[in-house]
Amino acid sequence: MFSILRSLWLTFLHTFHKRFTIQYPEEKAKLPARWRGRIVLTRDPDGAERCVACYLCAAACPVDCISLQAAEDETGRRYPEFFRINFSRCIFCGFCEDACPTYAIQLTPDFELVEYDRQNLVYEKENLLISGPGKYHDYNFYRVAGYAVGGKGKGEAEREDPPIDIHDLKP
Amino acid sequence: MSDTLYYLLIIVGVLVVMLTIAALLIWYERRMLALWQDRYGPNRVGPFGLMQVMADMVKIFFKEDWIAPFADKWVFIFAPTIIVVAVLLGFAVVPFAPGIVVADMNIGLLYFLAMSSLGAYSILLGGISSNNKYSLLGSLRGAAQVISYEVFMGISLMGVVILSDSFSLVKIVEAQKNMWFVIPQFIGFVIFFIAGVAETHRAPFDLPEAESELVAGFHSEYSGMKFGMFFVGEYLGITLISAMIATFFFGGWLGPSFLPPVVWFFIKTFAFITLFILLRASLPRPRYDQLMSLGWKILLPLSLVNLLVTAAIKLAIGG
Repeated sequence: MFSILRSLWLTFLHTFHKRFTIQYPEEKAKLPARWRGRIVLTRDPDGAERCVACYLCAAACPVDCISLQAAEDETGRRYPEFFRINFSRCIFCGFCEDACPTYAIQLTPDFELVEYDRQNLVYEKENLLISGPGKYHDYNFYRVAGYAVGGKGKGEAEREDPPIDIHDLKP
Repeated sequence: MSDTLYYLLIIVGVLVVMLTIAALLIWYERRMLALWQDRYGPNRVGPFGLMQVMADMVKIFFKEDWIAPFADKWVFIFAPTIIVVAVLLGFAVVPFAPGIVVADMNIGLLYFLAMSSLGAYSILLGGISSNNKYSLLGSLRGAAQVISYEVFMGISLMGVVILSDSFSLVKIVEAQKNMWFVIPQFIGFVIFFIAGVAETHRAPFDLPEAESELVAGFHSEYSGMKFGMFFVGEYLGITLISAMIATFFFGGWLGPSFLPPVVWFFIKTFAFITLFILLRASLPRPRYDQLMSLGWKILLPLSLVNLLVTAAIKLAIGG
């Protein structure tokens, strides 16, 4: 009997408690910086595409929502000919971000992906590509990789020694 | 002639007001439950979400009015109307204010008890005609619950009758001029309140419905407006019981004269409606045997003792 009255009273006290609800469209939830939302393709600090079309993201994707086609420009730089993410399938697991060797593909704290037409959720490369470097400001894959590409020969990358002439090493 | 017109006006007025209150109670209950659960509840449609009721009405009217092919068709259709009609008839004797009462019968209290027990047929027939095991269980529970709580619901009111020397609700209210009956009849009030909650089968005594075990119990098979009738009937029932508590124990329309009597009546009624909702917000549902033993072993003897003591005191003092 007493416990019944007590629980009535305790429930009544909730009249004066703060409400937890966030009034969404007017009031937005505070998202953590590592929130896994809409996927973007970033550029390196020089403004070129980071993606080297290695297909690792597409292979890692558990729902197969990423598709792309590799191509190579005249300087030997690989890039995706098209890059397509179907956000109606994406489960925002972030595996693609983990798999990416060049920090090209990144997840952003934006979850407001709503469309009246389902087809509009298929994002093409021009929708995915952003103009900045995303979370990693200074990283430039081609400037640290020991891979000869147009404008940069062997041994010209950062923290890389020039190649050794192996014929010099003869005893 | 003008007398007839006056009564017609009151009848239509009571009907419209009660149905409006019942509809708004859906909104009110959702908002209050939300408040006590630290949420907002419906607050988008119209001012404070008041138009939510309209939206729900439109939805429920346009829903498919499905009749289960295995059901007893005519009883199935007929059952939901009983509760609404019975409860609305019960409002006929509610004295809202001096002069504003549809029928001031000299057996108003008995009439109210009769009408509130008629609602049990709705549960019983609805559950049986659904031809579904859960519904049958729900209606069995509902019938047993209403019958056993009906007994001391009546007995608990006899103390009020003894004190006021009348079965007429207007006389009962007038007898409370000096002191509300809640003070001499506090036990009667508590018993009547518990029985009222059971009578309207509201949480925590919502065993006929028992969403978590019987999947909505007696109205499992109902959809569309037929379900809506059960719903409206339930809210009308809450209003009726709250109005009756206010009338029997809290002096009905009586109150300080800075507000008109009818306002006092509605303030009291709404206080009890809110208490009903608070009860739902905080208490778990008892087991069925607990419900029965509470009724027969505690509340029935208690109400009888209350009746005896009240009668004895009345005899000793009044002679």
